[in-house]
Amino acid sequence: MHIFTNPNYNFLRWRWHAVALSWVLILAGLFVIYTRGLPKGIEFAGGTSVIMQFDQAPSVEVVRDALNKNYPGGGQDAIVQSYGDPSLRQVMVRVPQVGAEQGASLSARAQAIEQALQKAGLKPTVVGTEIVGPSVGEELTQKGLSAFVLSLIGILAYIAFRFEFSFAFGAVIATLHDVLITFAFLAFFRYDLTLNVIAALLTVTGYSTNDTIVIFDRVRENMRKMRRDSLNEIINLSINQTLGRTVITAGTALLSALALFFFGGEVLHGFAFTMIVGIVTGTYSSVFVAAAIVTFWRRSKPSKLTTAAPAVAAPAASTPRKSKAQRKVRVS
Amino acid sequence: MNKNIRWKVITIVAVLVIFAGVGVYPILASNYRLPSPAWLQQKQLKLGLDLKGGVHLVLRVQTDDAIRLETDQAAERLREALRMRNIPVTSVATPSIAQIRVEGVMPTQEAAFRDAAADLATNFDRSPGTNGSYTFTMKPNVQNQLRVDSVVQARQTIERRVNELGVAEPQIAEQGQNGDEILVQLPGVTDVEHAKEIIRSTGLLELKIVEAGPAQTREALMQNGQVPEGMDIVPGNADASGGGTVYYMVRKAAAVSGHDLTNARPAVDQNNLPAVSFTLNGEGARKFGTVTETNIGRRLAIILDNRVTSAPTIQSRITDNGQITGVTRDEVNDLSLILKSGALPAQLTYLEERTIGPSLGADSIRSGVTASVVGLLLIIAFMLIYYKLSGVNAIIALIFNLVILLGLMAYIGAVMTLPGIAGFVLTMGIGVDSNVLIFERIKEELEAQHGVRAAINYGFDRVFWTLVDTHVSALIAALFLIQFGTGPIRGFAYTLIIGLASNLFTSIFVSKTLFELALGRRTHQQQQAATLSI
Repeated sequence: MHIFTNPNYNFLRWRWHAVALSWVLILAGLFVIYTRGLPKGIEFAGGTSVIMQFDQAPSVEVVRDALNKNYPGGGQDAIVQSYGDPSLRQVMVRVPQVGAEQGASLSARAQAIEQALQKAGLKPTVVGTEIVGPSVGEELTQKGLSAFVLSLIGILAYIAFRFEFSFAFGAVIATLHDVLITFAFLAFFRYDLTLNVIAALLTVTGYSTNDTIVIFDRVRENMRKMRRDSLNEIINLSINQTLGRTVITAGTALLSALALFFFGGEVLHGFAFTMIVGIVTGTYSSVFVAAAIVTFWRRSKPSKLTTAAPAVAAPAASTPRKSKAQRKVRVS
Repeated sequence: MNKNIRWKVITIVAVLVIFAGVGVYPILASNYRLPSPAWLQQKQLKLGLDLKGGVHLVLRVQTDDAIRLETDQAAERLREALRMRNIPVTSVATPSIAQIRVEGVMPTQEAAFRDAAADLATNFDRSPGTNGSYTFTMKPNVQNQLRVDSVVQARQTIERRVNELGVAEPQIAEQGQNGDEILVQLPGVTDVEHAKEIIRSTGLLELKIVEAGPAQTREALMQNGQVPEGMDIVPGNADASGGGTVYYMVRKAAAVSGHDLTNARPAVDQNNLPAVSFTLNGEGARKFGTVTETNIGRRLAIILDNRVTSAPTIQSRITDNGQITGVTRDEVNDLSLILKSGALPAQLTYLEERTIGPSLGADSIRSGVTASVVGLLLIIAFMLIYYKLSGVNAIIALIFNLVILLGLMAYIGAVMTLPGIAGFVLTMGIGVDSNVLIFERIKEELEAQHGVRAAINYGFDRVFWTLVDTHVSALIAALFLIQFGTGPIRGFAYTLIIGLASNLFTSIFVSKTLFELALGRRTHQQQQAATLSI
């Protein structure tokens, strides 16, 4: 079975349109983040969140009303939402405050929430609490950022070692692009920035280079066979030749991310959403962004690949083909 | 079947059996009450707090305390030395946590003063000021060492206390950028407040001779509105039941402290009220003997965490035994536990607290398992439809991959968390990618009319380095993920890493062997004519 029969799309022709589209999305995302902020999960913002189960789930308004009346300082800062599957009859209440960090009273606010609901005649059973002091988020942000930057540097170094620098640069810019686009979508859909979301972003960082590597691998192989063709032609052919597998590999990864999104429960929702966006944009950037960067970079610089192929490359071609004939090879 | 393939098959079956035995069988056994030996149960895949339920705490050690304590003690030693040598000074003060400031050393006594303060030189730098003043500043490396030591001591103390509490499989570790945080995970514990109280209590026991008091107010004990040098005013309970507050003036330096303690246990006092008896070690007993002998008729303050629990009058010389009274019946057990486990070197504050009820964990397991099953079915369906019979090959490789993943996680004792389950599901989706790349390449080679066997060989050979490259770059990101995360996220990173590694094995070695097996029985001619369902 083939998804594409003999594809021969001129991807490079569309690269600047693609770059423009990406910029529009990224800038729109930045605009939303700038104007409305990125909602932060409790790990980053600090605060107290309590998940309570009820015999009969009260509506969000009833809970909010109870907080307004009985929670010290009122409930206007509180986030109230039903939690998990409706059949579980759970409600989550989150407030930005924590009890004093000094001493054992960190959980004072969690108790205040529970008492506020009890006073209103609701009978909550606390099934989980999460209390994070205000100083934790900053360290997490730093750690997340350094993990991201270091893994980009690691990937840059590895691809530069295995291919050449322009390829590594293209792959890393594509990955950076994926993470920015994913952030934009997180902002559009107002997903909380949580530890899980950051973990998904780091996974996307590693995963989105996969398709790029597959295409680059083919570019390198074709470069050795088609010495007289221009780089643009080689890249375009390589993207077309690998198009089927690029789409299928993204598709299977997407299937598993979708399973997580729909069945993985409340906690994994943001994680799965991030993965879904990351997988889609990762595929898109492999086809449109990574190669465009390589052509841009190499326009002025001579390549070492066209003059001497590295010894670590794939085994020798199975049959020597004439360069023009190569373009007629049928691929999935 | 040729010999080569036979060995490959034996290797694969052996790997499968071992990992299925360690990783999958114990899970089935515990769910369906199948027999399973104890050593195997011990190896069973462990569930993280987010799935099992329990308490997750992050505490910060106030390492400043340890430095302040060292400075205070050094200042006290200096005062003592100056008193012994009759060197008059205006004051010995500690203006900051790492500084001692001495004022009013007479010019004629400077040499004698420096000699008396020689003992401080190991830990402090001395700099002279004007008018016979000196400032001693603790050396930076000494400060660092004190901070590091206090965190290690705090961790060890918490470990002892948690063990005394009888929590199964607690996890206690140092973490944080400054290395001053301690992570405490207590699976299955639901009484958070009690656990927190026990962990956090400083548990510093000090025995000090009462110089003045008790008095109703702090001010009543002050001289000229100031606390006399080398003295401390400590609040305490007015009566045995803990009501009211009175103040005692005591020497800053303790006669005996909790460091000299060997044991503590619940007891009752002569009035049949709850008390905690303690025993001192040889050094402590000697000190205690001297102090009590020379202070008969005076009061001894028993100070716990800077509060006087009782201040009995010393009747006779006491050596190695003492009793803390004025505690409630509820406190007795906790207090003896805390005293026995030793004092914390510094105060602790809570940064993070998470409780996961068992029902919440069970919900997470349920949705995680559902997502896994749905993900697996979707991928199986897709591979069968798209790659037909070769899809079976990919599915076998995928299931091998998952079995190895579970087995390895159980074997190395990694913890399965909810994000870990997500990693498990993603491993399926990303894992079959390797098969997709191989199959697509084989298709390409088939279309170039190379014959089935050659196409398969070329397919695997050519894709090998591509797979290595994609796996390594994914691995790089996953490794930094370990650095980033704690608990659940680490579980995810481990799943991802192990999944990547075993995927390389299954997609290349297992898949290829399966193809070879399928082709193995045919003759050369048949092979040339064979087609591949792909």
